[in-house]
Amino acid sequence: MRTMRLTGLMRKEVLEIFRDPSSIAIAFLLPLVLLLIFGYGVSLDARSIAVATVVDQPTELTASFLAQLQHSPWFDPIRYSDFGAAERAVLRGDASAVLWLRSDFTRDSIRAGNAPVHLVVNGVDPNQASIIRNYINGALQVWMAQQAVASGAPMSVPVQADTRVWFNPALRSRESLIPGLIAILMTLIGALLTALVISREWERGTMEGIMVTPVARTEILLGKLIPYFALGMGGMALSTAMAVLLFGVPLRGSLLVLAAAAALFLLTALGMGLLISVIARSQFVAAMIAIVTTFLPAFILSGFIFDIRTMPLPLQVLTHIIAARYFVAILKSTFLAGDIPALLLANGAGMAILCTAFLGIALARFRKRLD
Amino acid sequence: MDAVVLKDLGKTFGKGAAAREAIRDVSLKIPAGGVTALIGPDGAGKTTLLRLLAGVLAPTRGELQVLGLSLPHDALAVQARAGYMPQRFGLYEDLTVQENFDLFASLRGVPYDQRSQRFDELLALTALGPFRRRRAGQLSGGMKQKLGLACALIQPLELLLLDEPSVGVDPVSRRELWSIIRRQVAGGHVTVLLSTAYMDEAERCDRVILLHEGRVLAHGTPGELRARFEGHSFVLHARQAGARSLQARVAQLPGVLDAAIQAEAVRIVMRQPQAPVIPAGLATGAAAKPVPPRLEDAFVSLLADSHAQPAPQREGGTNGVRAGDTVVEVHDLCRNFGDFAAVKRVTFSVRRGEIFGLLGANGAGKSTTFRMLCGLLPSSSGTLRVAGVDLRTARAAARARIGYVSQKFSMYGSLSVRQNLAFFASAYGLRGRDRVQRIEWALEELELREYLSVNAGTLPLGYKQRLALACALMHEPEILFLDEPTSGVDPLARREFWARVNALAEAGTTCLVTTHFMEEAEYCDRLVLMSLGEVLAEGTPAEVRRAARRPDLPEPTMEDAFIALIEEHERTMRRSA
Repeated sequence: MRTMRLTGLMRKEVLEIFRDPSSIAIAFLLPLVLLLIFGYGVSLDARSIAVATVVDQPTELTASFLAQLQHSPWFDPIRYSDFGAAERAVLRGDASAVLWLRSDFTRDSIRAGNAPVHLVVNGVDPNQASIIRNYINGALQVWMAQQAVASGAPMSVPVQADTRVWFNPALRSRESLIPGLIAILMTLIGALLTALVISREWERGTMEGIMVTPVARTEILLGKLIPYFALGMGGMALSTAMAVLLFGVPLRGSLLVLAAAAALFLLTALGMGLLISVIARSQFVAAMIAIVTTFLPAFILSGFIFDIRTMPLPLQVLTHIIAARYFVAILKSTFLAGDIPALLLANGAGMAILCTAFLGIALARFRKRLD
Repeated sequence: MDAVVLKDLGKTFGKGAAAREAIRDVSLKIPAGGVTALIGPDGAGKTTLLRLLAGVLAPTRGELQVLGLSLPHDALAVQARAGYMPQRFGLYEDLTVQENFDLFASLRGVPYDQRSQRFDELLALTALGPFRRRRAGQLSGGMKQKLGLACALIQPLELLLLDEPSVGVDPVSRRELWSIIRRQVAGGHVTVLLSTAYMDEAERCDRVILLHEGRVLAHGTPGELRARFEGHSFVLHARQAGARSLQARVAQLPGVLDAAIQAEAVRIVMRQPQAPVIPAGLATGAAAKPVPPRLEDAFVSLLADSHAQPAPQREGGTNGVRAGDTVVEVHDLCRNFGDFAAVKRVTFSVRRGEIFGLLGANGAGKSTTFRMLCGLLPSSSGTLRVAGVDLRTARAAARARIGYVSQKFSMYGSLSVRQNLAFFASAYGLRGRDRVQRIEWALEELELREYLSVNAGTLPLGYKQRLALACALMHEPEILFLDEPTSGVDPLARREFWARVNALAEAGTTCLVTTHFMEEAEYCDRLVLMSLGEVLAEGTPAEVRRAARRPDLPEPTMEDAFIALIEEHERTMRRSA
């Protein structure tokens, strides 16, 4: 009898999901669109930066340096006749930086270590500004080393760093963004969808009709949880497939670990959704609460884009109750690095605690009552 | 055995200053078997009581026993043996009739091998067989209600709790619903407790409980309640002029508690069991004829002491002889939604100061016609003019000449009564002293002062409606559109409402009203009867009734006329098809 009620509720839920396209849209269309936008549109890398160049006295040397910049994928040098013109280009937004090679840009001054290179960077976007500064400095170093080798004179380079970038050798931001984005999508599907469909039942009065039958409250909750769990895992599978097949994000860890972590996180998100729906009885309020308490924190405080270690201490502490934080860590390592037991265990435990808490509170607070 | 036992039951919503007592110290026993009707004005606590019995509300005080089990402790056990149909039954609209059945059969644990037989029985009972695969959202109002009832009946139960099962349902579906309910109790094993706003329904029940402000005012068989007012009821026949003017005048005679229009006569309920003294020249000359009391008379009398004096009665109507110019003209009006023709070639006209009724069941096209008249919806074809202009194309200034009270509650639920009035006053461009005066007028005239700082969303239905009326009248419109204003409203509030409309019409405001209460047709000067988008009859109430006169039905009521006209219409349709 118990299973009959549960299957009845689940069957109803599945029928509603297929009849009402909005659930399908949230579970499948939303990941598709967001992954496409983030995969193709959003990039934290600096590429083809417009740099205004001003050369006081064109020589072989200045031409050689500028040619190097020209060939680099990071820069688009544009020549200006004088500094004033270059400055105006920055003000207009045509260029992000001015590189000024002064008149005494000569072999001697370079050898002496005081080559008069003047770099002005637009600091309105500090992130990009520091990238430009570092790139140009790097380019200058490389060029000077080449010059030294060419002239046969050993240039004094005290330490030569031998750099290796692990896990994302090409330093493509897409490869770290997409795994993180999956956590955001799962939050939306889990919390927002569940909160919406339950509050919809309150709004339409169907909840009252269900409550007066001998159904147990655990059955009502499970009847929601199981179908939306399946739907969420479907969304997860789609997102993973797109990440790997379309965007070429490597999946270095095992699929099993990924699935297990996703399942645990999805349950946590569903728990949040259920909890919201206990409080909110209109779809509008439910959507607002879901976005403010689950989606935004997952976006900002999960380490998806902003590094948690650079946050002020109180915020760092706060991130521990954001389930997405643990999932982002697991996703990034499972996709890019592989299965790391210690990391999996620590973050898995974090999720498990939150999951139990949310589901437990939701179950305790959900009453078969209208008051 | 008693199906329901209540002892000093109390239910309070909210806390502190916002606390509202919905049920106050109710002690009551409802014996098993038969149909018991719960009647009472809006906000009397009918829905709260039914919800308490269904175990979805917890009592604040007192004891509550249902089928020998005590609530709220044994809620699950009660819910296994009792069915409950909420007022606004939330069917799953995206699910088909069959799928709704499946769901509720599963929830109530009907074994799979017994289902098809039970479903067939229910489909036969509700005549929903042909619509098995149709989604619940696409059924008519009456069909939805029958489906809701069938879902509550999916398993043989001992107690059936129905909250206003027949609200908004057309007369034909209403008869069907009642025959279903009757069949349930026929075996003697089922107890039905239902709330209703229709006194004729309560009259046919085995027992009646009259609730008022959370207390039981009276209970017993309809006969017992009626007997208490033996000798109070009279009927007075009107002259040519019509019953409405007579009704308004009779209502002001000394000793008269209530006067209601009944076909071409006025039904009078006296405070004391003595005949009213009718001044010469008021009626046909014949004295008021004593008649046996109806339950409605008892209802009005019982509430008379505790209820606010119903409605300011004005020097009354003239029934059909208001000879104003034509203010609303509709010709061959059509409206299609996709393939579906909601309104088909509707033609009528309304004169200034008239009360004009659009009667018909849910889905007849009344509201669609209304929305076109108010310029809220474009017509597919045909012409319409309101106050000399087509509101669809006219400037906003023209709209300032109309007022509209929508069927759905369209006030701001989380604003107080005063805030709603203030908002609508400024929305209509009232400022300064005009605004203050008009709000004062509304508070006074519609007796809203008591609820001044109550949020509109928590007002009792009748008061919500008064507020809606007040907001629509803020700018003193020439033409007032009232869409289903009396749906789900109790007899007293309805009477009060019609008195207000009458007063407005007397003052020159043209009123267009839609309703599915057939007896309310009598309050209209003229009316059209609509069914499935078409006008079946037009004229004064007497003319429409006369059109349905048959040898076997010499004096049809408006409801009889409606059913006869629909049946005749369906026959013509079949012949032409």
